[in-house]
Amino acid sequence: MTDLPAAKVDLKSVLSAPPRVDNSEGMSYLQSVPRRLVTLYLPLTIIVVVLLFPFYWMALTSVKPDEQLLDLDKYNPFWTWNPTFKHFHKLLFESYYPYWLWNTMYVAICATVLSIVASVFAAYAIVRLRYKGANLVGGLIFLAYLVPPSILFIPLATVVYQYGLFDSPLALILTYPTILIPFSTWLLMGYFKTIPFELEECALIDGASRWQILVKIVVPLAIPGLISAFIFCFTLCWNEFIYALTFLQSTSNKTVPVAIVNEFVDGDIYRWGSLMAGALAGSLPLVILYAFFVEHYVSAMTGAVKE
Amino acid sequence: MADVAIPRAKPQMTEAGAWAQLKHNRNWLGFWFMVPAMVFLIFFLAYPLGLGIWLSFTDTRIGRVGHFIAFENYEWLWDDSIFWLSVFNTLLYTFVASAFKFGIGLYLALLLNEHMPFKAMLRAMVLIPFIVPTVLSALAFWWIFDSQFSIISWSLKQLGLINQNINFLGDTTWARICVIFANIWRGVPFVAITLLAGLQTVSPSLYEAATLDGATRWQNFRYITYPLLTPIIAVVMTFSVLFTFTDFQLIWAMTRGGPVNATHLMATLSYQRAIIAGQLGEGAAISSAMIPFLLAAIMVSWFGLQRRKWQQGESND
Repeated sequence: MTDLPAAKVDLKSVLSAPPRVDNSEGMSYLQSVPRRLVTLYLPLTIIVVVLLFPFYWMALTSVKPDEQLLDLDKYNPFWTWNPTFKHFHKLLFESYYPYWLWNTMYVAICATVLSIVASVFAAYAIVRLRYKGANLVGGLIFLAYLVPPSILFIPLATVVYQYGLFDSPLALILTYPTILIPFSTWLLMGYFKTIPFELEECALIDGASRWQILVKIVVPLAIPGLISAFIFCFTLCWNEFIYALTFLQSTSNKTVPVAIVNEFVDGDIYRWGSLMAGALAGSLPLVILYAFFVEHYVSAMTGAVKE
Repeated sequence: MADVAIPRAKPQMTEAGAWAQLKHNRNWLGFWFMVPAMVFLIFFLAYPLGLGIWLSFTDTRIGRVGHFIAFENYEWLWDDSIFWLSVFNTLLYTFVASAFKFGIGLYLALLLNEHMPFKAMLRAMVLIPFIVPTVLSALAFWWIFDSQFSIISWSLKQLGLINQNINFLGDTTWARICVIFANIWRGVPFVAITLLAGLQTVSPSLYEAATLDGATRWQNFRYITYPLLTPIIAVVMTFSVLFTFTDFQLIWAMTRGGPVNATHLMATLSYQRAIIAGQLGEGAAISSAMIPFLLAAIMVSWFGLQRRKWQQGESND
């Protein structure tokens, strides 16, 4: 009990934005401006440019007219003065792209909601009910996090086939939680630990059941953690490739990543413009979501690693 | 009267008590709270994990139930040069990419930890490669590394450094470099941001004290930052090694294992054998063969770095 406040502060300082808002210059005044330019800004610029260049290139390709894509000598490849939305038009009206986008979103949301609900119960039970063997189960769940999909997809394919789920979105909705539950349980365990025992003890004395405590006290207090878990799980689902590639067959059922790789690349004719437009349109929803919830992302990432 | 009344009341009390007790019994409640998660993890994780190992001992094909053939798949793989090539590729890929990811990631984390304008925005931008689906950014790399229209070849030609386009994904050495580069590109943000979170917990007063005592920047890093960061480095690198070793999507989107199997990893080879060629048993044997490597990787990066922590005299928490 005595170490509770300390644990709380520690976790928060790690998860949320920098604990000490370093408005102070710190020791950086010891460095001269030219020195900082060479040791800090130059390498940082190079790294950031390299990290972001593929996205610039993706976006530029998706709005370039075809003749400019294939003629590097006549036009400067790094910019275009007459952007076209032809590739996007083709994507949206002459392909299954809207279906793929919808499939991806549908699968991602269903799988995420299922996993979060299951994880809330599991995490609460492990952290607060502390049934016999809770620590062992917690450890096993962490181990489950380390089992990669690349090992599981072959036996899962046979399982999915046996249950008659092959080529159905349900196959993905039921298998994605195996990736998401270990992660979000682990993350939520960390959040639940920061909620003071006293609140629950008071509620118990007032005659609340465990269910009421969970729904009315613990979950509302863990909302930031839930948002983190939700967004991160959603991203993982959107990102998932190997299961979707293995379990889905018909063109209209595919998810965006699989469909782009398989349907846009036919034979030797690469439709680079549409391919990049598809890749961009497939990434934008996540990037926009990310832009709104940067802090939650970071806390989800570091939280899962930190525990 | 009192003697009669008490036995009457007692059964009622105990009956209610039994139910109430059960309702408040931690183990009973805990069991029911665990059911949803356990159903998923047992049916779609634990069972397939066992099934995969069993499949590797059978000659199952798609659409045909297999028979137990003991170690025949493994014996077959033992003499299969492509399998050994994929093992070599996987080890090379994992080792080189993880080393670079660690180096660049740590460096980037240190840079981002400095005080500068637009810090928050920079940090947010750095993480974008991690957010965007791997396959989609792999496609962008595929286009960047195109044999004819590669922007890199074009730029180098303009600079007069080369005369001919580099056949990035067609040449075995270049193809390996390209996929490793793409993997590093994708992995660095994760390493950098998690290490940055670790760096932020290091108190600046330690550096101030060390600097007053005459420590150089390198000594600051070597004797303060690095030791304090080792626990988080251990975890991050374990994850990084694990996910690099089992990588599938990047390779599949960029090269599909080509040219001449130079970039086939164990995961892509098992997909090719199991799903495309239909030899589920053999594919399962390849993916089961990854398990010992994975365990070894976890042990090395985990215990290797944990030992350092004990040497620092910290508690084993």
